[in-house]
Amino acid sequence: MTDSMSRTLPPQLAELVDDFAGVGPKDRLQMLLELSRELPELPERYADAADTMEQVHECQSPLFLAVEVDSDPERRVHLFFSAPPEAPTTRGFASIMHTGLDGEAADDVLAVPDDFYTALGLGEAVSPLRLRGMAAMLARIKKQVRAATAA
Amino acid sequence: MGLPNDPDSKLAAYAHPERLVTTEWLAQHLGDSGLVVVESDEDVLLYDTGHIPGAVKVDWHTELNDPVTRDYVDGERFAQICGERGITRDTTVVFYGDRNNWWATYALWVFSLFGHPDVRILDGGRAKWVAENREMTTEQPKPPQVDYPVVERDDTRIRAFKEQVLAHLGKPLVDVRSPGEYSGELLHMPDYPQEGAVRGGHIPGAASVPWARAAAEDATFKPRSDLEAIYQQEQGLSPDDDVVAYCRIGERSSHTWFVLTHLLGFSKVRNYDGSWTEWGNSVRVPIVQGSERGSA
Repeated sequence: MTDSMSRTLPPQLAELVDDFAGVGPKDRLQMLLELSRELPELPERYADAADTMEQVHECQSPLFLAVEVDSDPERRVHLFFSAPPEAPTTRGFASIMHTGLDGEAADDVLAVPDDFYTALGLGEAVSPLRLRGMAAMLARIKKQVRAATAA
Repeated sequence: MGLPNDPDSKLAAYAHPERLVTTEWLAQHLGDSGLVVVESDEDVLLYDTGHIPGAVKVDWHTELNDPVTRDYVDGERFAQICGERGITRDTTVVFYGDRNNWWATYALWVFSLFGHPDVRILDGGRAKWVAENREMTTEQPKPPQVDYPVVERDDTRIRAFKEQVLAHLGKPLVDVRSPGEYSGELLHMPDYPQEGAVRGGHIPGAASVPWARAAAEDATFKPRSDLEAIYQQEQGLSPDDDVVAYCRIGERSSHTWFVLTHLLGFSKVRNYDGSWTEWGNSVRVPIVQGSERGSA
């Protein structure tokens, strides 16, 4: 990972990127699978909302995403995801976001480079086309953070 | 010698019932010598969460594509992929996967480019197998290394290239994408990755028949009469037509290619795998926007 990128990533995300970069392509896939299993369940208040999960496009797995921003000066961000068990890659991507960004200040989340995921080195094992799902996920998170902090 | 065909009555109505097996048939034949089950998914991790016992994985994205050129692997690499998975030229290969067998049909189509004789689809794919609570395992099979011949890929029968599609304008084309992609409005979705094309729309004259219309609720193929109603009565295609199907990168259209070729018995269907990501980025090719077919 480049120094400039590691400086702009929140510490947990930077650590995750380093973990991925430190192993070979096959192990990266295994790490993603483990992360997909660790994606936290949705809290009760979102249970019904997830049932109406938007299926944005037939090429993409359904993903429910909710962003909450604290009212403290830091404007800490909390992320909630739901994706079905038959979409472990989507769950893995969501889990990377959750591990790396949950609880971080809004400004720090917005400062994550849009292409940070390239440093994970998943292109070979997952394919660049599939990785675009990660870019889309980050874009959606940022959009919701902006909307929540603009108020 | 390949395995016996599945005598199921629904399958028997199709033009080529030997290209399909039911979940029941597969459950009966798991472990038979001469059979290799291949899982091909859209989701690259899904196989590792559990799969049909003994099934091997073939990932279309990372294994069937040439890593550099936008093309499929060559005969040598294909022989390696098969040999490592215990597939000989005589093996019956049954493909299954997620999302209505999207990628399973794509993998089958690539195997067909190499002329692998006995390729079949598990009707209903992964979803049906799971819904019936059939056995799944995370145990990695260790297939014996076998010899697979180096066969030259034949791109002339079931594959179409851009120049051929240009020459084909005026003849039947089937666009199997969603209506929004067909009309061209689904190129810029806010916050979602683009379709990877600078222009939206469809190839002039193409009929819009979203691929999933051929699939039933349980991910199986609809019965033959329903498929005839869609493709032959409604769309006016006939089995001796020269047809080209396309989508975005050729994956959804391989599903339609399978339906037209093996279920309805069309004799000349080609999959244009360059599809919209090539056409929508090509200089000066004709494009029609909106929901009308248009003409070249």
